[in-house]
Amino acid sequence: MAKLEIKNLHVTVDTEQGTKEILKGVDLVINSGESHAIMGPNGSGKSTLAYTIAGHPKYTVTKGEILLDGEDVLEMSVDERARAGLFLAMQYPVEIPGVSVSNFLRTAKTAIEGEAPALRTWIKDVKGAMDNLKMDSSFTERNVNEGFSGGEKKRHEILQLELLKPKIAVLDETDSGLDVDALKIVSEGVNRAKQENDFGLLLITHYTRILKYIKPDYVHVFVAGKVAEQGGPELADRLEAEGYDRYVQA
Amino acid sequence: MSSATQTAQHGLSEHSHGAGVPIQTRYERLRSTNVADFPPVSPREEQWRYLSADRLAGLDADTLAEFIGDLAVTHTDGVTTAWVGEENAAFGGAGIPEERPSAAAWGSAKQAYLVTVPGNQKSEVQIALSSESADPSAIHIIIEAKPFSEATVILDHKGHAVLGENVEIIVGDEAQLTVISIQDWDDKSVHASTQMARLGRNSRLKHLVVSLGGKVVRVASSTEFTQPGGDTEMLGMYFADAGQYLENRLYVDHAVPNCKSRVTYKGALQGDKAHTVWVGDVLIRMAAEGTDTYELNRNLLLTDGARADSVPNLEIETGKIEGAGHASASGRFDDEQLFYLQARGITEIEARRLVVRGFLNEIIQQIDNEEIRERLSNSIEAELARSGS
Repeated sequence: MAKLEIKNLHVTVDTEQGTKEILKGVDLVINSGESHAIMGPNGSGKSTLAYTIAGHPKYTVTKGEILLDGEDVLEMSVDERARAGLFLAMQYPVEIPGVSVSNFLRTAKTAIEGEAPALRTWIKDVKGAMDNLKMDSSFTERNVNEGFSGGEKKRHEILQLELLKPKIAVLDETDSGLDVDALKIVSEGVNRAKQENDFGLLLITHYTRILKYIKPDYVHVFVAGKVAEQGGPELADRLEAEGYDRYVQA
Repeated sequence: MSSATQTAQHGLSEHSHGAGVPIQTRYERLRSTNVADFPPVSPREEQWRYLSADRLAGLDADTLAEFIGDLAVTHTDGVTTAWVGEENAAFGGAGIPEERPSAAAWGSAKQAYLVTVPGNQKSEVQIALSSESADPSAIHIIIEAKPFSEATVILDHKGHAVLGENVEIIVGDEAQLTVISIQDWDDKSVHASTQMARLGRNSRLKHLVVSLGGKVVRVASSTEFTQPGGDTEMLGMYFADAGQYLENRLYVDHAVPNCKSRVTYKGALQGDKAHTVWVGDVLIRMAAEGTDTYELNRNLLLTDGARADSVPNLEIETGKIEGAGHASASGRFDDEQLFYLQARGITEIEARRLVVRGFLNEIIQQIDNEEIRERLSNSIEAELARSGS
């Protein structure tokens, strides 16, 4: 059982207009096997939360804590966090010229596990996960994210989720930029990985459409850097019907 | 992330660029063995746009000393070597200078070191050139691959030198030659090398330039086709550190029909004022029907403060060609890439290694010699370690 605890998290970012506080006291607890959806209007701090958990240097934590199984995540470097079991599926995965997907995946797996995976089973695992995501086998020879379509980038993120087997997975707007078919394939990939590895899921999304495929146990509505409301899956249905106006005006 | 890419595909029709084309047609450039025929090195000349005369450390003077240092040569049986004067037919057999430092070196090195590779057998030659002298000096090397020969020649530059060098590469009919020139000088050396290749009928040249060490290293490489059916592959790899200047100038002269050329250069840069320049000129003359050419340069900037200039020039005088294209791109290895890799558990140092190794591997893989491959991989590791990254 893994547990990610976020306590009274305050985060600032440096902008041209000076330092700006984006997160203003966020509290969340995510356990293995649970699915949490974080929803909210643009600029509410959803992505900031995702990047702060992963340790992006752009964001400064001014107050509060992030603990993974009681360990202080904020003390860890970005790669230490990943090795501790945190995974962030990025909204905008970057291109890594000259590094093939195959090399990248193997290097990441080796880093996370602390030893190189057995070649035979590894190749089989990669191929199986790619088949599930309906990715052509030639994909592994391409350079990471180079020339990938929006859909390919997201599938590649979920491929990593399946292969790296994290304890806690944060998906930052994985649904954005996907057409209906791709959304379904990607969602199935997330569900399959979750079933196999029983990670805790933090699903960040602007829209409710992905929640038709990935059923959340809890829904948190983010407004102005805080959780404004939380509840069960029924809260997502309500947002679907009413939008965020209610919170923004309040 | 910031990156700029420009790609162009040239089809079967005539094509011209607005900017980037030299003012004069490439083959109209002055050629002479007499240094006095050349004007002083000046940034007004396209060839010296990026490198000022003072950084040549005297290699543009009228006369240079003869090379003082070691020339250690090992070769397989059948290969012959000799010091020869200009009365030898091979002297000037691959071309004559078209730049001032090259002409200075030509006139100053009275004797050329001629390596002759015999036909109808496989040969290997290693020429290790090392020096400890800071005086501007000159050397002239001629590699003559006889018809039907098959050979690899490795030219290794080490130590400390201020060296003007001409390397002539004569590739006979049906010959297959690989020439690898490694510049691994100490970090105060200045090296201006001109490597001219002339190719016979159905011959094949693989020319690889690796520049790692040296304060200023400028290699101007050219291939001239004299008979149909020639094939040249001009490859390059460079790694510039803080304060280092590495320049590569390429010229492929498609003067005759049905020849093929591929130019692929890749460079990595790190540190303040690391500067690389790549200029690739390809000329397809009126007679060169059926030409197939493509040139590519890619640069990877690992840190701020480094600068990569990349200029492909393609001049086409006939539309009856197989294909002609070029691509040039310089991209940064930036914090977002680092973050992405680290977010997958990969440490910062490993992330940089992964990217640089992957990037340069395309060139290293082209080297048939395991020992050299290993050495270059280790050099890259050392370069990366040097920056403490």
